[in-house]
Amino acid sequence: MGIFIGENTKLVVQGITGRDGSFHAQQMMDYGTQVVAGVTPGKGGQTFSDAVPIFNTVADAVSEAGANTSVIYVPARFAADAIFEAADAGVSLIVCITEGVPVGDMLRVLPYVREKGARLIGPNCPGLIVPGCCKVGILPGQIVREGSVGVVSRSGTLTYEVIFQLTRAGIGQSACVGIGGDPLIGTNFVDCLAAFEEDPHTTAVAMLGEIGGTDEQTAADYVAKHMSKPVVGFIAGQTAPPGRRMGHAGAIISGSEGTAAEKMKAFEDHGIGVAKRPADIVDLILERS
Amino acid sequence: MNIHEYQARQILSDHGVPVPAGEVARTPDEAAAAAERLGGSVVVKAQVHAGGRGKAGGVKLAKTSDEAREKAGEILGMDIKGITVRAVLVAPTEDIASEAYVGIVMDRAKQADTIMVSAEGGVDIEEVAATMPDAIRKLAVDPRYGLLNHQAAGLGHFLYDDPKAARQVSSIIVKLYQAYRASGATLAEINPMIVTSDGEVKAIDAKMNIDDNALFRMPEIEAFRDVESENPAEVRAREAELTYIQLDGNVGCCVNGAGLAMATMDLVKYYGGDPANFLDIGGSSNPDKVVAALQLISEDPNVKSILFNIFGGITRCDDVANGIVEATSRIDLQVPITIRLTGTNEELGVKILADNGFEAMVDMDEAVKTAVERGQ
Repeated sequence: MGIFIGENTKLVVQGITGRDGSFHAQQMMDYGTQVVAGVTPGKGGQTFSDAVPIFNTVADAVSEAGANTSVIYVPARFAADAIFEAADAGVSLIVCITEGVPVGDMLRVLPYVREKGARLIGPNCPGLIVPGCCKVGILPGQIVREGSVGVVSRSGTLTYEVIFQLTRAGIGQSACVGIGGDPLIGTNFVDCLAAFEEDPHTTAVAMLGEIGGTDEQTAADYVAKHMSKPVVGFIAGQTAPPGRRMGHAGAIISGSEGTAAEKMKAFEDHGIGVAKRPADIVDLILERS
Repeated sequence: MNIHEYQARQILSDHGVPVPAGEVARTPDEAAAAAERLGGSVVVKAQVHAGGRGKAGGVKLAKTSDEAREKAGEILGMDIKGITVRAVLVAPTEDIASEAYVGIVMDRAKQADTIMVSAEGGVDIEEVAATMPDAIRKLAVDPRYGLLNHQAAGLGHFLYDDPKAARQVSSIIVKLYQAYRASGATLAEINPMIVTSDGEVKAIDAKMNIDDNALFRMPEIEAFRDVESENPAEVRAREAELTYIQLDGNVGCCVNGAGLAMATMDLVKYYGGDPANFLDIGGSSNPDKVVAALQLISEDPNVKSILFNIFGGITRCDDVANGIVEATSRIDLQVPITIRLTGTNEELGVKILADNGFEAMVDMDEAVKTAVERGQ
């Protein structure tokens, strides 16, 4: 069950001795994620939380602890190298939580990750969770509920909001993925939609986009052409002024491109249920599934 | 981050792009003196972070230094899209035979820096793209190898039939790309790039946008930041590590997370109000950030109602509650405050608020509706 992660996920936490890394490593373990290793250069040989071996390199975490997935909590200036290292070590999934990674770094990282055959989620994302199974990242475990709606989003807390509203309405989730708010990200809406379409536990998808770029338009086209499952969507930033970066590095209307109106129209034109506010997602999911 | 034309010219010139001499002036007399040094016949250009300055009257020709003084006097202090012009660039007029466009932009969909060139220079490139798409040649640069010489040469020959001009512009494109990469830019444009009547190719205008996330490794570019041309409240917000964008509505919003902050603004509008701002207090919110946030919002005279929308994930509700209590004890709030608080440590947060006479809501829609009503 789930997409991208599941029972077989063996996680290495890059930056496990940092403030965020250690806190969330513990949270992930408490949720049931198999955290098999941590990496902090120079602290190899130590143990985290009396249970998790710490290594100097991701390669050691792979060869000695069998890690197949990595999550990154290192500061922005080291994040690109952490992704390179994870890809080099041969993990198949890399989830980069770090916010503030320079675009120029990501330009070099993305083709490298692809050449190594790995999938990158993020950066600047909350990660992903499969309710009742495991989580990788920072999504709060207490708000999800097992079920069959897939959630994919460019945001963090807005994702929590929608998950919370779904759960309160008794609608559970098959998996929730935060793909990140940066202009260059490893996994986009289409990748997630394709995975949800394939996933037998998913019956419908909620897609949470925002202003900036054209990823939502591409996704809408994909939904019309390739998806049998109902998809509903919301776009944040309907009241955002053009030319201003709305918190997320990628949330900016450039010239006339990337407005909420054009994205909502693309949704509508391609048969995606358009939520005018987050609460409408619940009603649209109930109507369409 | 936006930088001014004169700063972008400096970066390009440092990388070997031929940019004519030019001087920045902050008073009409400085402009006159600059014109004198540059030979009298000059163009005086407003240095302001806003598009469409030409149409707004922010670019004027002057034939003499006296005229330059007069034109600079007209432009300095002018308001262009809400921003006051505080500096002008004085540059010599050029003998222009033709104008072209050369630009580099990070293309999100292609995940590559994309070079665009067009012989239709001096006009808005978006307009050229819409009306004459064939007049633009695009090249996505493979980030693994950078711009290759033959690619730059190809772009040069697309622009000019004259081999000498084509060679010059190829070399300029290579240098522009180097300047773009070295500065952490996400956009660099030369519009127009000119050929003079004696066949010289020059960049007479320059525009660059810099990736904020790259500034930490480029203090020399961070130093280009023009704090004076920014909204003072937004500058203070940045110093307090908050993301704040002032708008003109009456409901002040304080939210954790950018996506939720945008969705909250949208919901304010949905329920008939107008958001006064975008404000993201970020992830691990210590009470001090909440105090700074409330301070900023409460100083906006348009704000008639304040809304907190907090969904605790990394952010802990008790931290935010403590911040609100602390802030309201320091600031004499003149407007009603509506608080939505849910998620991590919710019970603790709600109790802290209740003990101090505040009511907290759980539902986002209910809270937004209430805040809008209170602002009317």
